[in-house]
Order: sequence, then C-alpha cells, then structure tokens
Amino acid sequence: MTEFVDMYLLPLFWILVGIVGILAVVLGGTAYLTLAERKVLGAIQLRKGPNVVGPFGLLQPMADGIKVMCKETILPSKANVVLFIGAPVFTFLLALSAWAVIPFDAGLVLADINVGVLYLLAISSLGVYAIIIAGWASNSKYSLLGGLRSAAQMVSYEVSIGLILVTVLLKTGSLNLSKIVQAQQGGWFAFSILFPMFILFFASALAETNRSPFDLPEGESELVGGFNTEYSAMIFAMFFLGEYANMILMSALTSILFLGGWLSPMDSLAFIPGFVWLALKVALCLFVFLWVRGTLPRYRYDQLMRIGWKFFLPVSLIWVVVVAGVELTMGTLPVGG
Amino acid sequence: MGARIKQRLKYLLGGDMIAGLALTFRYIFKPKVTINYPYEKGPISPRFRGEHALRRYADGSERCIACKLCEAVCPALAITIEAAPAADGSRRTTRYDIDMTKCINCGLCQEVCPVGAIVEGPNFEYATWTHEELIYDKARLLENGDRWEPLIAANLAADKGCADGGKT
Repeated sequence: MTEFVDMYLLPLFWILVGIVGILAVVLGGTAYLTLAERKVLGAIQLRKGPNVVGPFGLLQPMADGIKVMCKETILPSKANVVLFIGAPVFTFLLALSAWAVIPFDAGLVLADINVGVLYLLAISSLGVYAIIIAGWASNSKYSLLGGLRSAAQMVSYEVSIGLILVTVLLKTGSLNLSKIVQAQQGGWFAFSILFPMFILFFASALAETNRSPFDLPEGESELVGGFNTEYSAMIFAMFFLGEYANMILMSALTSILFLGGWLSPMDSLAFIPGFVWLALKVALCLFVFLWVRGTLPRYRYDQLMRIGWKFFLPVSLIWVVVVAGVELTMGTLPVGG
Repeated sequence: MGARIKQRLKYLLGGDMIAGLALTFRYIFKPKVTINYPYEKGPISPRFRGEHALRRYADGSERCIACKLCEAVCPALAITIEAAPAADGSRRTTRYDIDMTKCINCGLCQEVCPVGAIVEGPNFEYATWTHEELIYDKARLLENGDRWEPLIAANLAADKGCADGGKT
C-alpha cells in the first residue's frame, strides 16, 4: 500500500500541483499581457492606456474578465455548434498543454521528455486545426476566409521554424529543452553563428501566433475580424486568451532556444533564481511583440507568402548547411544526446 | 545602380524596420497627451455649442418674445413653441420644448434669435439614462439659463463683435 502511495499517488499529486502552478502563472501572465499590450500601445501612441480600474489600471484584466463572462454567447443559426464551441476550447487547450515541456529552471519542468522540441512542434501545428475549424464551423464567409488565410500562413511559417530548430539542434545535439539551455552555458545562441536564425525565429513566431505585422487572419480592416468574426463572450475570450498564451509560449521558446533560458547573463548575477531570469527574458520578448505591433503595418497577403517561402525558407535552409559545415570542420558537432 | 543595391540591402537587413522601431521606442517616453476626462477636462471655446438654455434679462423677465424664428430655422425640427399674450399684454411662450435627441447642435437657433434668449451653453455633460429626460421643456431650459448664466454671459462677452455676441 505504501508502495502504491509512493510510486503513484505522490507523483500524481506533485504533477497536479505542477499543473495548477503552471496554469496559474500562464493564465495570470496572459491576463496581464492584455493589459501590458494596451499600456505599451498607448505609450507608443502618446496615450496613457487603461488607468482607471485599480492603481495604474492593474485591475483592468479582472474587469474585462467579468465583462466577457456576463455577455451573451451568440451562436449563429447555421453554425455547426459542436465544432463552433469546440474550436476555441481546443485552441486554449493546446496553448496550455505546450507548457508541459517548458523548463522554468534547472530541473523545474513538468515533463522532462527527450523530444520536447518535437512535442512543441506537434502542438503548435495542431493549432491550425482549431482556427480552420472555427472558420468553417462559423458558416460565414469572413470567418472562412480568415481561417483559410490563417491555415496557409501558419503552415508556411512552420516550415521555416522547423529548419531554424534544426540549426539549434545542430549546436546542441538534443531535442530536450533543458539540454538545449544547458548547451548555452558558454554563450547564448542569439550571440553566436545562430544570430540570423534568432531574428528569423522571432519573426516566424510573430507569424505563427498571428500577430502584427502578420495578423492577416484577423485582418479587422478587410475581414471583420477573420476566423473569430462570429465569436462572442467567453468563447471569444478563449480564442483571445489562447492567442496570448501562445505569445507567451513563443516568447518562452525564443528565450530557451536562443537567449539561454534560465541562465543568468553573467556569473556575478547567478544568485538570482533561474525562473526570474526566464521571466525577464520572456517579458523582454513579449515587449518586442507589442512594440512591433505598435510600429509595423500589416503585410499584404502576397508579401506574407513571399517572405515566408522566398526569404525565410531559403535563408534558414542555407543556414542549416552553414551551421552543419562549420560544426563539421571545427569538429564540434555534438554526438548523441 | 549603386543606390539600387544599397536600397535592396537596406530592405533585406530591415533598415526601415529598425528606423521605425527606434521611432516608436522614443515615443514611449514622450509625455502623453491623454486627458483623464472625468477628472481633467480640455479647454472649450467661448463659441462652444453645448446644452441649450433660455436666458433672462437682469430684472428676471424672460428674453424670449415667441417670434418662433428658432422653430422655423431648426433644421432638425427639434423645437416646438406655442405662444399666448401674457398678463401685461406682451407676447410670451406658453410652451418651449427642445427634443435634445433630435437636436444636431448646429447653433442656428442661437444665430437667429433677435433677443439672445435661446443660447447653446458650455455644458456638454447632460447624458441621461432615458430618452424622455432629454426632451426639455421651458422650465428646464429656463433653469439651465439660471444655472449657467455667469458662464454664458462670460462666453458671450468673450465672443463680442462676432455673430450675436453684441446682442444685449
């Protein structure tokens, strides 16, 4: 009996505690990211942003949450209700489940699996389904067009993300995210031969999360909101939160792959716990997300496709060859892992 | 040819994007232009066309002589006037209604008024919960006039020499 408790119940309990902890952090971060976005955009546009609800508007996310929960959920009469409601739930689910493999500190990871990068790729690829299902199930032309655009965009940029990940893997020799961070002990990948890949990865992350300047799927000026046109109230909030959770996820991934994850920038600052460093790096990436949104206008659809297939893809492909060649000639190619 | 290559290179290295990002980054630290509205208010012109008011003479008698020019000129047909002789034999309104939900705040009633009775005052915060509350009658308009008279008089004086500012 004690064996059963020790072997199964206790680990299960700790896993549940970990899940609740991660959920609390991610959802809290998501809520406050919406506030941060409004604040940063406001600052860029010489406005103050929300500042009435609570000190510095800090309670605004709660007010927004209460508002959105009180609203009526409108189901279009011709919509496929199961898929219509299922799609945002699926988006949200994916955005949260990806966090299972993110290492917050040395050893502080829910599932320390050896194919973490593949898991993340799989999860983020599934996100396309939610969006295209939402577009189709709404039975609205705007939603359908938005969904199709989104699917094409996410698939295009996933290709170059895959190749960029290969360049990182060539340096680390492991698909385990903790090992990728540990491989940056001697220097972050962002300040190495992988610097161009860092930029491309971040740009692809913008496209992957449907953020400006690649926010064509939303396209509020031409598609009335894109795939989520017909969504309202809490099911809309699910999409919204899913998108923001994905932004945080992509920022965390950028930090882990290129900015040394939980590692401190210099040894003298190593006394600060790792998760604080990770949080700071994620916050920096998120700020750039918002900053870019406040600066760059939306790309045209053909520009989007041209950048994805004629610039990002060949450059990342060439860089795979370059990194592999350098590693091979220098004899630093990591073996096994 | 060289300029073209330079331009292509700048595009490829994201020169324009970096310039734009630098600009927006500088803007983050600039002073904000937002006015915290309910607590702070922007300046308004003496000619500001806000909530209507019916003015009185200094002795307290009504200025309006029921000429109905405002009713005739009102492009939104928001004004309704009925008139009858008063006890002293002068012509006075028995009814002076403005439907504020019809009013387009064009200010023509104020322009056309020969005695400076109907004016659009400086008050713009008269939102209500119901439609009915925005259908003003004569009593409400006179009350507005009494309440806002100091400001209205100051605004008219500031605008003297223009439009009907010279009317006494």
